Amino acid sequence: MSNQEALLEINSLHTGFEIEGKTYHAVKDVSFDVKPKEVVCVVGESGCGKSVMSLSIMNLLPKHNGKIDKGEILYKGRNLVNLNDKEMNKIRGKDISMIFQEPMTALNPVLTIGFQMDEVLINHTSMKREEIRKKSISLLKQVGISRGEQIVHEYPHQLSGGMRQRVMIAMAIACQPQLLIADEPTTALDVTVQAQILELITKIQDEVGMAVLLITHDLGVVAEMADRVVVMYAGQVVEESDVDRIFYDAQHPYTKALLTSIPRMEEEREVLNTISGIVPSLKNMPKVGCRFVDRCPDAMPECSKVDPQLGETEKGHSVRCLLYDASHPGKKTEVR
Amino acid sequence: MTQEQKDRSEHLLQVEELKKYYPVRGGFFRRKVGDVKAVDNISLELKRGETFGLVGESGCGKSTAGRTITRLFKPTEGKIFFEGRDITNLRGSELRDLRQDIQMVFQDPYASLNPKMMVGSIVSEPLVNYGKGSENSLKQEVMDLLLRVGLPEDAYFKYPHEFSGGQRQRIGIARALALKPKLIVADEPVSALDVSVQSQVLNLLKELQAEFDLTLLFIAHDLSVVKHMSDRIGVMYLGNLVEVSDADEIYINPKHPYTQALISAIPQPDPRNKSERIILSGDVPSPQNPPVGCPFHPRCPQVMPECSEKKPHLKEVNKEHRVSCLLYE
Repeated sequence: MSNQEALLEINSLHTGFEIEGKTYHAVKDVSFDVKPKEVVCVVGESGCGKSVMSLSIMNLLPKHNGKIDKGEILYKGRNLVNLNDKEMNKIRGKDISMIFQEPMTALNPVLTIGFQMDEVLINHTSMKREEIRKKSISLLKQVGISRGEQIVHEYPHQLSGGMRQRVMIAMAIACQPQLLIADEPTTALDVTVQAQILELITKIQDEVGMAVLLITHDLGVVAEMADRVVVMYAGQVVEESDVDRIFYDAQHPYTKALLTSIPRMEEEREVLNTISGIVPSLKNMPKVGCRFVDRCPDAMPECSKVDPQLGETEKGHSVRCLLYDASHPGKKTEVR
Repeated sequence: MTQEQKDRSEHLLQVEELKKYYPVRGGFFRRKVGDVKAVDNISLELKRGETFGLVGESGCGKSTAGRTITRLFKPTEGKIFFEGRDITNLRGSELRDLRQDIQMVFQDPYASLNPKMMVGSIVSEPLVNYGKGSENSLKQEVMDLLLRVGLPEDAYFKYPHEFSGGQRQRIGIARALALKPKLIVADEPVSALDVSVQSQVLNLLKELQAEFDLTLLFIAHDLSVVKHMSDRIGVMYLGNLVEVSDADEIYINPKHPYTQALISAIPQPDPRNKSERIILSGDVPSPQNPPVGCPFHPRCPQVMPECSEKKPHLKEVNKEHRVSCLLYE
């Protein structure tokens, strides 16, 4: 089933890591799509596989033990999983670009900002040298760095965290990509700087007309930015819907628990809701049954026996939970 | 008893015009060439049994303030009173005795526990150090503490690496509680934890506070967490306390332009409520070379000409609501 209008379509992606001769799946059966000009947020706690998923899309998994075992990643109908490095290099930075959580480690400390920015344009365009430097400076202006002419001669350590992230964004949008993958782009930044960067991403998205796949653990950022939300838990998608329904009509017990466990500014609560226990580690993942069963407040006996499937409960709203699975007894009656 | 002395005994902790500068050395002879003004004149007081939240962005000096108040650092200037007693210049055995009453919980539960020590020894170390409890009663006491903070009893014989981040933070809390202190300074106790685990630790801290009658100085950068925990909040910017007030009041009615921007910058987990944001331009200036006048004036949306000349001081604008801004002077 190929979705014509989707820009990026991920079908049943399995990404595994080989540890001591055994394969452990950090991403297990993940499917969703990103439409043109849409902001999709992937949300989940650390260790839920959201970063491995984004590295899989870019084909940047560690070569020695990481591997996509199953599934396909279709970008405009073309399967990225089968591409070799040379073919992938043409797509990376041009059609799909990525910004990372820690801009200090993503930038090369011994090269000037200008050199690193020019590199993107040299690789992907046929512009002349002089034009390229001018373009780099204008890109820096576009991301709100007014001293562009000076900054191109400076090194990453001379910039603040927020400035570095702006440089990363400038590099990412240099070739006007169709899709920007932002992996926790504001987690290392302070709130006032985070607000600047989020506003910048929204503004650039408007100007360039690109789709954004935003990976975050912060539900506040999700509410601010997303059109659609994918909730991940332990390597699987547990719920997917538009942002409004995720926040006001969440169905999966994990999503519900997550929403009630964050302190909110506007309300007084003595006690926060908690989710008991922790995310199971890759090695201790339950072999059969729902991966959330040990922490789930609504767990039923059959939850640890049957693998729940991601199924649509209403149009545009999918949940991976036996409570909403029509073929199992004990399902919620209020399913529309 | 004078009014001043009376004030001091009512408050568990009183900090007056505290400053902490770190020297910057440079040149051939490593001479002092300047100061990093990490804490530049803060005054606050903690009432018995309350939680005071200290909030600010990275580099604003909130951790230095916490550590100077606990006397882990020696203050450059100013006075600290604990239960009415001047502790600013305590040394040696007097300082050692004071540490029984003031304990800390640190941010990084991975770095603040000795990986070579059993959890039992980590938690009992303060008790042993101060000669509390006999050998038999000690073990029972530590077991009780571990159970109280929500760890299994067999944690006693395990090592820190066998625990998750949230559990390690519980170990750190048990260690801080061991000596039954009067004040606990918690420096970013949940910022290294995931949301679902974060709420477990926040709830635990609240329970323990009521149970052990603790006063808590809660330091964090996340204003929604601070507001959930605190009775009163102090907002710091570049080593200065810019606003102090009741937790609800500061959220409903923030006075200082920085506090207003900080509150509006927090993304709310509610897609239907996208309020107008105040986006600050630029970055926090270096504390080595802070701006003259109001430290916030280069980024302030409501800046006036005199802001770059005159340094504002904390002034009471409402009952229990103090702001350091020329707009209110």
